[in-house]
Amino acid sequence: MARLVIDPVTRIEGHLRIEAQLDGGKVSDAWSSGTMFRGMEIILEGRDPREAWIWAQRICGVCTVVHALASVRAVENALAIPIPENARIVRDLMAGAQMVQDHVIHFYHLHALDWVDVASALKADPAKTSAIAQSISDYDRSSATYFRGIQQRVKAVVDSGQLSLFASGYWGHPAYLLPPEVNLLAVAHYLEALEWQKDFIRIHALLGGKNPHPQSFLVGGMTTSLDPNEPFAVINPIVIDKLQDLVKSAKKFVDQIYIPDVLAIAPYYKDWFSRGEGLGNFLSYGDYASDNLEDPKTFLFPRGVVLNRDLSTVHAVEPAGISEFVTHSWYEYSGGDENGKHPSVGETKPKYTGPKPPYDFLEVDRKYSWLKAPRYQGKAMEVGPLARVVVGYASGQPDIRAAVDGVLTKLNATPTVLYSTLGRIAARAIEAQIMAHRLQGWLDQLSSNLDHGNVTVFNPIRWDPATWPKSARGFGWHEAPRGSLGHWVEIEGKSIKNYQAVVPTTWNAGPRDTQGNRGAYEAALAGTPVADPARPLEILRTVHSFDPCLACAVHVIDAQGRKYTLPMVR
Amino acid sequence: MLAVETEQASLAGALGRRGITRRQLVKFCSLMLTTLALPDKYLAATVAAVSKAKKQVLVWMQFQDCAGCSESMLRSSHPEIADIVLDLFSWEYHELIMAGSGAAANAVLDRVVTQEKGNYIAVVEGGIPTADGGVYCTIGGRSALDIAKTVCGNAAATIAVGACAADGGFMRAHPNPTGAVGLEEAVPGIRLINMNGCAHNPVNTAAVLVHYLTFRDLPAVDQHNRPLFAYGRVIHDQCERRAHYDAGRFVTEWGDEGHRKGYCLYKMGCKGPAATFNCPTAQWNDHTSWPIRAGHGCIACASPRFWDHMSPFYDRLPSVPGFGVEVTAGELGLGLVGAVVAGVTVHGLITMIRPAPPYPETKV
Repeated sequence: MARLVIDPVTRIEGHLRIEAQLDGGKVSDAWSSGTMFRGMEIILEGRDPREAWIWAQRICGVCTVVHALASVRAVENALAIPIPENARIVRDLMAGAQMVQDHVIHFYHLHALDWVDVASALKADPAKTSAIAQSISDYDRSSATYFRGIQQRVKAVVDSGQLSLFASGYWGHPAYLLPPEVNLLAVAHYLEALEWQKDFIRIHALLGGKNPHPQSFLVGGMTTSLDPNEPFAVINPIVIDKLQDLVKSAKKFVDQIYIPDVLAIAPYYKDWFSRGEGLGNFLSYGDYASDNLEDPKTFLFPRGVVLNRDLSTVHAVEPAGISEFVTHSWYEYSGGDENGKHPSVGETKPKYTGPKPPYDFLEVDRKYSWLKAPRYQGKAMEVGPLARVVVGYASGQPDIRAAVDGVLTKLNATPTVLYSTLGRIAARAIEAQIMAHRLQGWLDQLSSNLDHGNVTVFNPIRWDPATWPKSARGFGWHEAPRGSLGHWVEIEGKSIKNYQAVVPTTWNAGPRDTQGNRGAYEAALAGTPVADPARPLEILRTVHSFDPCLACAVHVIDAQGRKYTLPMVR
Repeated sequence: MLAVETEQASLAGALGRRGITRRQLVKFCSLMLTTLALPDKYLAATVAAVSKAKKQVLVWMQFQDCAGCSESMLRSSHPEIADIVLDLFSWEYHELIMAGSGAAANAVLDRVVTQEKGNYIAVVEGGIPTADGGVYCTIGGRSALDIAKTVCGNAAATIAVGACAADGGFMRAHPNPTGAVGLEEAVPGIRLINMNGCAHNPVNTAAVLVHYLTFRDLPAVDQHNRPLFAYGRVIHDQCERRAHYDAGRFVTEWGDEGHRKGYCLYKMGCKGPAATFNCPTAQWNDHTSWPIRAGHGCIACASPRFWDHMSPFYDRLPSVPGFGVEVTAGELGLGLVGAVVAGVTVHGLITMIRPAPPYPETKV
């Protein structure tokens, strides 16, 4: 038995370390560790809650927007501020655009190189690649000349002997199974996606001034003034036209490139429809209301819990069922580390007990991560695209049902294949497509409101802190690209008394709990074959399928003494 | 004449092999010179520098970060990121996007540090936690501080991108639970330039990278080690809403008529009068917009220690009695954050570039 260490895990956000025990060419046990701590919420204490979103947004620059959104929702929840319809639409447009762009970047730039052998693309016949491309999609850049150009570009990089980002790759690894022609197709689209993502995300610049970290949120609405007749209004007919073009480009990219590529690559890796299954427990807070956030029944992504892969029952989300454990995390609880604590009464005192750097191995029997271990009714849960799709499918949400059935038909598979490494990839693509098309509806609604003189985008009733109660508590949530996100705020006087976030990657990448139950990554890695421990490509496939975001996951605070009822619906 | 032709031929050959047309290259170089406010006479030298057969080696380090500065770099439009990482540089280490993990990634970094010692560029994103022996950020079992000393200490030059790498950023805000600092304090004495901002603007960083390729030197900087071409002018003086300020037309409530008409955001807490940056002119995401155009005040994200020094972000900058409206703008900046602009001639500042040695007048 040998201990394998992967640190840094690259092509993710943040600092993740995986230690895996290998036994007979397979992973017999695994430990997931977050190796960075920033103390973000400690820093938020005492500051103006109206600007908490500016700070909280910096929790993550990859999933930018999402923490800003959860933060303003938490403060609006605390101060009982309803927001105008236009503000909700602009927020949904920004968050939805983030989801589509984030999923595309994940597939092509963070995950594809686990499946695509760049070096093999040099052996491809561009004419055959062209034929494949034209058989799976109407996308116009598909000629043999085009693919030959891509191939020559890759060849120039390889011939130079300076392989840049690709120098450290696992080229030639026996686990790569795509024919050269499909590899070339994927490499071409890797470059196309790189170009598209920066163009498409101008939607954030138009609605928020810049990306990353757009700057147009307000507690009570948005700064995106609407006026059909003002050239300097943030949203006017000219800007609507630009947004229309960008939304069209998203639909085109997802429909004509992303989805066909996933469907073209997946059949070569069918083993991975039964690997990386993980926990089988799924949680979604739900999001994207068609009317108002108070009514989960209108959500595009339903709220619910699915346990043990049982699609026949969708359980209600009982917020009181959430607890966090620190038995294996570098924190201490005043009442002893054995018992979990609900986030509302949680506490976080950093106490590093790991090895002094530089170190070779973590002490995995003791504490080994800066992430806590969240549990729902004592169970470890998976969150993210797969959880949303599973909960949505089980709930009978028509968009999700149709999209999932469509993909499964094309792959000639049953829903059980979703519980896998490839299942996560498919779920992400499915919801990117649903979202890309939903953006159009929101934009049309915004345009119609503008035309009809409905230009309100901010509710001023509680902007002045003199109007606030002496103390208030709020909860804000969002279904971020990587899963269920919650922010809790406690306001006293005119400033933040306590702030806390429980984020998607904490659910997925967290360590074991008191009972020794594994987190989602740890469970999903069990049994993973590893052909060559020096090049642990197979482990990366499953870890990457979760789209890790470690900066998000570690940033907790002392929240002692808070008593929230966790108002999922106010 | 013959020598020039030979050089042209080899240059064209090198470009062709990389799939870049000469026209594309010259256009790109012109744009970079414009950003840097350099005269056209450097065009030939710039073109020659970015066409070198061996690409400049670069490593991008991420420490206590949010990866926002990496993402910002991915949004680069001129040049596009694929051109930067594949054609202009050999971009060998960057955890967010590099192919290999773990041992394969660490081996690349070790090789660069030893074999390219003194020749490679290090870009650093994120702060460096110094408390408790560096346990708040480790990579491959090593502390961020340990890695930064090795990687930046052996680099030809280090570019600190974003507020966190420049001064510790968000993590350093009170009470700084992890003892975070910027690179300048963590690894003193290195050849360094700061690209403040949250995030850094890739237009400016690309310009610094090209400047380095061309002149083997970093551009002229202010007292905070920020390049003057990007950080030498007050935002308020370049703002598209400035005329409204001068005329006394202000947004007084979010969403009011003034807000819809694009009036000045000073009364809503805008820090533009107290901050220097080329945000209004360089803008973001292929020159699409910038925060003030989106209707929100500036938070001075390119100013040193802005998280503590410029918040609360919705509080109005104090006005200075005794000055007219127009004068107040500049004085306000100097008065409120003297440290930010002291030593820089704010008004009418002409961007300064360190005098460069003469370069051969290669025909372009």
